[in-house]
Parts: sequence; C-alpha cells; structure tokens
Amino acid sequence: MTPEQIEIQLVACAVAAACAMPGVFLILRKMAMMSDAISHAILPGIVLAFFAVGELHSPWLIAGAAVAGLATVVLVESISSTRLVKEDAAIGLVFPVLFSVGVLLIAKFAGDIHLDTDAVLTGELAFAPFDRLTIGGVDFGPKSLVTMLTIGFVNAVFIATFYKELKLATFDAGMAASLGFAPVVLHYVLMALVSITAVGAFDAVGSILVVAFMIGPPACGYLLTDRLSTMMLISVGFGLLSAISGYWVAHALDASIAGCMASAVGVLFLVTVAVAPGRGLLSVVRRQSRQRWAFAEKMLAIHLKQHEGLPEEARENRAAHLQEHLRWEAEFARSVVRRAVEDGFVEDDAGFLHLTKAGRVLASETVVDA
Amino acid sequence: MSDAGFAVDVRDVTVAYREKPVLWDIDLEVAPGVLMAVVGPNGAGKTTLIKAILGLIKPAAGEVLIHGRPYSQQRHRVAYVPQRGSVDWDFPTNVLDVVTMGLYGKLGWVRRPTKQHKAVALEALRKVNMEAFASRQISQLSGGQQQRVFLARALVQEADVYFMDEPFQGVDAVTERSIIELLRALRAEGKTVVVVHHDLQTVPEYFDSVLLLNVRRIASGPVEDVFTEENLRVTYGGRVGFVKFVRQQSGVDNA
Repeated sequence: MTPEQIEIQLVACAVAAACAMPGVFLILRKMAMMSDAISHAILPGIVLAFFAVGELHSPWLIAGAAVAGLATVVLVESISSTRLVKEDAAIGLVFPVLFSVGVLLIAKFAGDIHLDTDAVLTGELAFAPFDRLTIGGVDFGPKSLVTMLTIGFVNAVFIATFYKELKLATFDAGMAASLGFAPVVLHYVLMALVSITAVGAFDAVGSILVVAFMIGPPACGYLLTDRLSTMMLISVGFGLLSAISGYWVAHALDASIAGCMASAVGVLFLVTVAVAPGRGLLSVVRRQSRQRWAFAEKMLAIHLKQHEGLPEEARENRAAHLQEHLRWEAEFARSVVRRAVEDGFVEDDAGFLHLTKAGRVLASETVVDA
Repeated sequence: MSDAGFAVDVRDVTVAYREKPVLWDIDLEVAPGVLMAVVGPNGAGKTTLIKAILGLIKPAAGEVLIHGRPYSQQRHRVAYVPQRGSVDWDFPTNVLDVVTMGLYGKLGWVRRPTKQHKAVALEALRKVNMEAFASRQISQLSGGQQQRVFLARALVQEADVYFMDEPFQGVDAVTERSIIELLRALRAEGKTVVVVHHDLQTVPEYFDSVLLLNVRRIASGPVEDVFTEENLRVTYGGRVGFVKFVRQQSGVDNA
C-alpha cells in the first residue's frame, strides 16, 4: 500500500466512525432523514457566507454550512413542536425550502460564478491526501483526516460523558424531563453534533457517503443487538468495515471510491437484514415454518384425541382420512404425520393413528376439557 | 423544613393548547398518605394535569407545590409512571436497565449506575414478580409485564409522591390485583399515590380519594363524599343510565 492509499482509508474510517456515533441516536429517535435534510439545507449557509467573504475557498463557507445545518434543526424542531405536523413531515418541509433559497440566491446574485455545494465541500476522497495540514513546516497529514478525527473525538467524548442521559432522553423523554435531565437541550446538542459532523464529512467524502455512513451501520446494529452500547460498537465497526472493503472494491474495479463505500454499506445492511438472529428474514422464515408445523401437529393431536375410544375412531383416526377431515393436502398430511411420529406424539399402526402419552399431553395443553 | 400541609397542592392551574383551555382553573389539595384516583372522560385533561404538575407542560397560569415547595426543588421526592404507550418498547435495552433508570435522578448528571444500583433495581423487580425477566429485551414483554417494569422503575425512586398514568390499562385481572396491592403497600408507608384511572367500577374499592375532572375540577375529596351520581353526571355529561349502572355495580348505592 502506498502512503496515499493508507491515508485515503484512514480518512474514510475517521468519517465512518464519526458519523456512526450520532447516527445511532438518529435511528433510535426515528430521525434518519435529518442527515439527508442537512446535506441539502446547508446550501444557503454556504451562499450567504460566500457573499459575506467574497471568496470560494474560505473556511467561513464551511462555518456558514454548519450554521445552516443548525438552523435546519431549529426550524424542524419549532415546526414539529406546534404538533400540527409530525417530525418527519417537518423535516420534509424545511430542507427543500432552505435548499431552494440557496438556489435562488445563486441564480439571482451569483449566476456567473461556479457556486454550489460541491464547489465548497469538494467531497472527493481520492484527493484527500493532497490537501494537507502543515503548521510551521510540520506535516500533520491530510486536512480532512485531522478535521474528522477531531469531530469524531468530540462526538465520542460527548456520547461517553452523557451516555446515561442520552439513553434516558431517547427512550423516555418525559421521564428525563421530570428528573431534570433537560432532554431538549441534549437533543439540540446532539443535533448540533450531527450538523457539524455532516458538514465536516461532506467536505471529506461527499454527501451520499455521509448519509450512508450515518444511517446504514446503525441500522445494522439495531437489528443485531438489544443493547445500546453494543449497537454503538457494531455501528462503528460496520462503518470501518464498509469503508475499508469499499476502498478495495473501488481499487479492484477502478471505480468511484465513495460509490463503492456507500454500496458496501448497502450490501452489509442487506446481509444483516437476511441473517440477523431473531429479527432477520431467515430467522423469521425459519420461526414461521417451525410454528406452522408445530401448529399442524397440535391440530392432528387434538383431532385424534377427540375421537379416541369412540366408535368412529377406526374411521376418523386414519392417516388417509386427515385429508378430508382437516382439509389438508395429501402431501402436507403425510408430512405432518411423519413429523408427529418423529416427535413421538403419534404412533402409526399401518395407517391407523394412535396418540402417545406425549401426544395426549400436547392435545390437552390447548383444549380445555368440557 | 416544614412538611405540614399537602403532599400535592395545585393552585389555580390553567393549561391551554393554542388558546383552547384543556385545564381550567384547577385547585387540588392532596393530603399525604392518600391513594387518589383521577377520573374523567377522554379529553378531560387527566394526563395534562399530571404533566403540568411535573413541569412537563408549562401552565398558562397557576402554581404547583409538592410538600410545600415547587416541583423543581422536589424532583427527588416525586416518581412518575407514564402511559405504557409513551415509550418505544423496541429500544435496545433490557428490563433491568429500564428499572435502573429510576435511579438516574439520585445519580445526577454524568455519574453511572454501579453494581449496587443494579442490585436495588433487581430488588424492585422482585417486588413486582419480574425478577426472572431481568435480562429480557423489553420488546418481548406483554402489556402487563411492561406495566410492572414501569412500576418497578418508580419503586426504586423511593419517592414520597407517585403519579401514575393509567397503570391498569391493558393488564389482566391478576396483574391489576398485584398492582393495587403494591399501591396499597406504598400508602401504608405513608406515600401519596395519584392514579389516572378509567374503570369507574373499581374506584370505591381501590381508592380512598378521588378527583373528578372534565377540563374543570368537578369535585375532589374522599370517595364516599365525592363519588356521587350527581358529580359523575356532571363529569361525564349526563349519561345518567351509564352512571347509574356504574354505581350499582360498584356497590355505592346500598340504600
């Protein structure tokens, strides 16, 4: 690996980790859309900052973006606190307005300048190693690496310090407020961190990848664990995994790095949805099929018990009769009988079915005798 | 610190959502050691009243004192059991962790719960017969179990005043019994318990005091004085047949 390759991966890892931490709370607060909203709504902040300083490559433009991100949060909160619309609708109302204000400002006053979000927040990972931070001749590495490590560090310190308070405020805001833990203040600080993280990360890796890193890995973590702290670790881990694997896929295919990383997040999520224990599709299918067979065996046991010892027993309790009586397909009826025999609920005496002791217990578990 | 007087003292509290009053000029005095029901039709402002007492909603007018002082100075003496549906039961946490949240108030900012705190939480779970579920993920609980977890969370707060919003909602008869036993045990310790309640028939059996609420305070006081047909009719807007039925069922009309 060349030093550039290592640095690109380091930048991507720093972004992934910094995004995953607040992303966990976005998922749990059902505010995943916020990351996307901020990515659009920062445009007017950039434009206004540009009008103020008159220069495209000033750090003030990034500061303007961060302020616009915060304004998005404040607007969304004040609209949803009227209770006239829900939070997701408030997000959907705010960011198109802010974005179009940005577009109009450019069209009206800056039509001859190439000014858009991409021009300020370059967001190209491949160039990250060339924009370096040097202070007094000492090279501190790529600027975006330093920025994202700093942001990631602030996120980690904030979440680690106020872990208990954030957990309570997210799970039960009413209780948090009644105990005096100021959930509203925590919410704003958290959203401010989301906004700053998003702007910093846009500059480093581009907007699509930021949304992917903020939402994808925490969504995986949510499916994989029942503990908040574990969810946080999984999110960071999956973020790093998709950053590194995405890089090498891009390397092999000679394709866009950010595109491959975002795709890696998607693939990781699909795999998680499929195989997650308990909540994943496979285990749901497995559980449903298990329940279907267990239910059928129970039906069989109840049917057999009902006619047990009665004159019609010889007719009713025959394997061949089940088709008609329980309206089962012949194939299905055979499978149920086979399974019931295997499980020791039923004995098959040349087509005549007897309940075993266990079978009688199974039948009476569900049916209360009159 | 003088502790004479009322456990809960609500004075002239009015709450409005966008000009429309949901609570109008409420006065309420709750003596210490009382088990009180708050009843009234849907939209009467029962939950709003509790939220206003706890400072979760800012009243347009009036003040609330808990044992003689504003709520903000008495947080540690108050426990609140919200409606079960008010939280996300898919949140990644387990039963013991939720009960431990009841101790966060004592811990204050930043400090984390220790093994001793977990032991206290486990003890509270034992009191509500949920010890075996300590490490269970909360989404796997039934409605009654969720309610008992919330109750355990309130118990560890060791408060003097408990506010509970419909603790009997969606629980089976056995759980309802065990919850009312717990509430009586709290009263026996001299605690004050205020419960938003929907089942009029059980009011005389479960509670010794009642607040009839419908935006205004219709009446409040001991059940035998206040829980009358006339008051119920005013509270529920003249559905007399229904009110009569309730009173016969609950055995108040012995005459």
